[in-house]
Amino acid sequence: MSQPTQEEEILAQQAVRGPGDAPPEHESSGLSQGQIVRKRFFGHTGALIGLAVFALIFILAFTSVGVAGIPGWWKYNHLDVSPLVGDGAPTAGLVPPAWGEHPFGQDRIGRDLFAMTMRGAQQSITIMILIGAIAGILGAVIGGLAGYFRGWVEAVLMRITDVIIIIPVLLLAAVVAQIAGRRDEGSMFAAFANANGILVLGVFLGLVSWVGLARLVRGEFLTLREREFVDAARISGASNARIIFKHILPNAVGVLIVNVTLTMSAAILLETALSYLGVGVKSPDTSLGLLISQNQEAFATRPWLFWFPGLFIVLICLSINFIGDGLRDAFDPRQKKFNAKKASDANAPAVEKSAATAFDGTKGD
Amino acid sequence: MVTYIVRRLVTAALILLGASFLVYLLTASSGDPLADLRASNAPNKQQLMNARTELLDLDTPAPIRYFKWLAGAAQCLVPFAGTCDLGKSVSGQPITEALGIALVQTLTLVTGATILAILIGISLGIVTALRQYSALDYGVTFMAFLFFSLPIFWVAVLLKEYGAIGFNDFLRNPEIPLPTALGVGAVAGLLVAVAVGGELRRRLITGGAVFAAVTLILIYFSATQWFKTPGLGPVVIAVAGAGIAVAVTVLVAGLRNRRALQSSLIVVALGVIAYFAVQPLLDQATALMIALLGLATVLVGVAVGYFMGGYDRGQSMRVAGITAFLVGGLVVMDRFMQAWPSYFSNSRVRGRPIATIGAGTPNIEGDFWVLGTDTFTHLILPTIALILVSLASYTRFTRSSMLEIMNMDYIRTARAKGLSERSVIMGHAFRNALIPIATIVAFDIGALIGGAVITESVFSVRGMGFLFLDGITHIDPNPVMGVFVCVAVTAMVFNLIADLAYSALDPRVRIKA
Repeated sequence: MSQPTQEEEILAQQAVRGPGDAPPEHESSGLSQGQIVRKRFFGHTGALIGLAVFALIFILAFTSVGVAGIPGWWKYNHLDVSPLVGDGAPTAGLVPPAWGEHPFGQDRIGRDLFAMTMRGAQQSITIMILIGAIAGILGAVIGGLAGYFRGWVEAVLMRITDVIIIIPVLLLAAVVAQIAGRRDEGSMFAAFANANGILVLGVFLGLVSWVGLARLVRGEFLTLREREFVDAARISGASNARIIFKHILPNAVGVLIVNVTLTMSAAILLETALSYLGVGVKSPDTSLGLLISQNQEAFATRPWLFWFPGLFIVLICLSINFIGDGLRDAFDPRQKKFNAKKASDANAPAVEKSAATAFDGTKGD
Repeated sequence: MVTYIVRRLVTAALILLGASFLVYLLTASSGDPLADLRASNAPNKQQLMNARTELLDLDTPAPIRYFKWLAGAAQCLVPFAGTCDLGKSVSGQPITEALGIALVQTLTLVTGATILAILIGISLGIVTALRQYSALDYGVTFMAFLFFSLPIFWVAVLLKEYGAIGFNDFLRNPEIPLPTALGVGAVAGLLVAVAVGGELRRRLITGGAVFAAVTLILIYFSATQWFKTPGLGPVVIAVAGAGIAVAVTVLVAGLRNRRALQSSLIVVALGVIAYFAVQPLLDQATALMIALLGLATVLVGVAVGYFMGGYDRGQSMRVAGITAFLVGGLVVMDRFMQAWPSYFSNSRVRGRPIATIGAGTPNIEGDFWVLGTDTFTHLILPTIALILVSLASYTRFTRSSMLEIMNMDYIRTARAKGLSERSVIMGHAFRNALIPIATIVAFDIGALIGGAVITESVFSVRGMGFLFLDGITHIDPNPVMGVFVCVAVTAMVFNLIADLAYSALDPRVRIKA
């Protein structure tokens, strides 16, 4: 869609620089790569906060209204209609801390917004994880095959990637939404899609968002396959599968993980945008984007219907972005960066020193 | 080089063919284009259905229809023949015509937003890179992540509520109570104090000055009802112009180049004189006249720079030219502000100037300035929304590019030579950092044409995104194909341009022929 994301930024960066142009400098000797990455990641405050917030939202969303038929601890679900309490205004308060009957308020017909928001967050997280998993696997396999085998495999796979990359996601989502919406036709797929709209949407969006990942992984494989350790493995008789899985993939996994995370943060925005435009999650089921779209007209009278779902989108997306940033810092070999403060600190004593020597000189005279 | 371009173009054409076939089939198979008629109770239902079937050629299977469409579209490749045929939409409008209208709408919407986002994003990126790990850097980084995470439709609705409805209510009685003025001033002062860096004392002094200035200005605005009859006036233009002159000189030439500073200050003086001279002329302004005046302004500036000369004549000319352009902008802005009261009380606007939907007030009448103000009030909210969501990527990208450059050996060399920090940053680092940025800017310009589907639908702008979405909801392949082909072709061409520009800007990168 029109909104740039971190993922696109990374793609552009990689396209410009060419991947993996600097070998890693290990400042911490005696540690395995995994240990270094872990150490760096847990040293990244933003990523830790992001992780904590995301875990909190995840637990809240999945335990409160229940999932897959298992009831949650919250007394309403997203479809229950109950009498309006205080004209549906939120009952949660900070001073004094209170939870109340309907913490996030109710909509016009009395549905509990907390339950709806939790349900929506659940849907968004499910879709996000599905997209991440499918796009990650497809991107790794296709990019890896293209980058490792080169030749016609690469040509075919990359042309397919090029075709998919320019087909607008909106159109594809609309087509899926239409097919899922055809209740009259009773085909197997339509019936399944009706029952599991979220799964279909997630799988489907995953099937179209692997393209960026595939390009990145291919680039990684292209550089890695020329490295000495791959030659060594090949000379000692390793099979292609062994080289790919044992030698190249572990080295490319950093790029993959980081970008899967960023794909996931973009996926949340994509899902909410599609639901907002009416081609994503459909009513009576709910999603964060759909909630906003349904309630934007009511902003003047019931602003909370608009605030809470939006807040949750931003929180989920923000925490994923911070986790992604932490992962990128952890995997990025180019860690030592220019520091203007350090540079000016280094300059300052030099100036003082020269002045001092000049002064010393005059004194000596 | 030529082989490379030809190969890229041929590949692109093949990809486009494949993708357009898929897009056509997908759109055509996504539903029943007659669904709304089937459900209707109109007496002439069958007739309507037949008419639409004929219009869209629905009796032909979709794959064959695609090739018919392709035959029509291929005629567009013949230059100047005027036989371009992209089919007709459900309502019978030729797609070429609809595309033309939509393109204008989209470009007026996104061009300004993109340019501003690029300018602000790049400057923020540079400043944060130079102050890495400062409070400003952390603040901007957090904002960037926040903007990455904002759903644009949510921002748009918030902007409508507070930017349009709230501000319009405020304009009805534009008085700022003293506590609000003090509060806004305090926030501004605090932000500046955090951002400015340096010692605590310096921060406090700057923050305090900003606090006093902002508060006083707000009180002044409130007392004089400035928001009802805004304007800059010659004094503000002179003071702001002097500030601009100094700032431009600092950035482009350095304050030690006295000739450059003098020429830019002369330009400001000329601008204030011109302010009085051109007022009668501006009353009959047209777009062409403003463009010509702008050109003349820059030329005068360059001429002043040329005659002042100095040890670096080119630098003086550049400084004076840029200053002249900016001061000219101030004068035009002042004239727009003078037109504000008449726009405000226009019978179509009725005192609620900031619009929430559309690209212009329907049937509004007025001179150039009133119409210009009208476009401005309609564009401001979508523009802000677009800037917010696209700012972050430019900031982050420039920052990382700049940080990488600042680590280069040639920067150390430049410092070691004893160059001033200004010429190290502006001359050596910034120019090289711009190379990768040039490529993403080219990508983004390529994507501009596609419009912003969500922004357009929230603000009801009938641009390319709207056309596309409308085609999808009506199961109408022709508009979808029209938009898709436009977008895909520009995106591919600009990708090619980006690659070529990269190798032209950075000779180390060679294109594999």
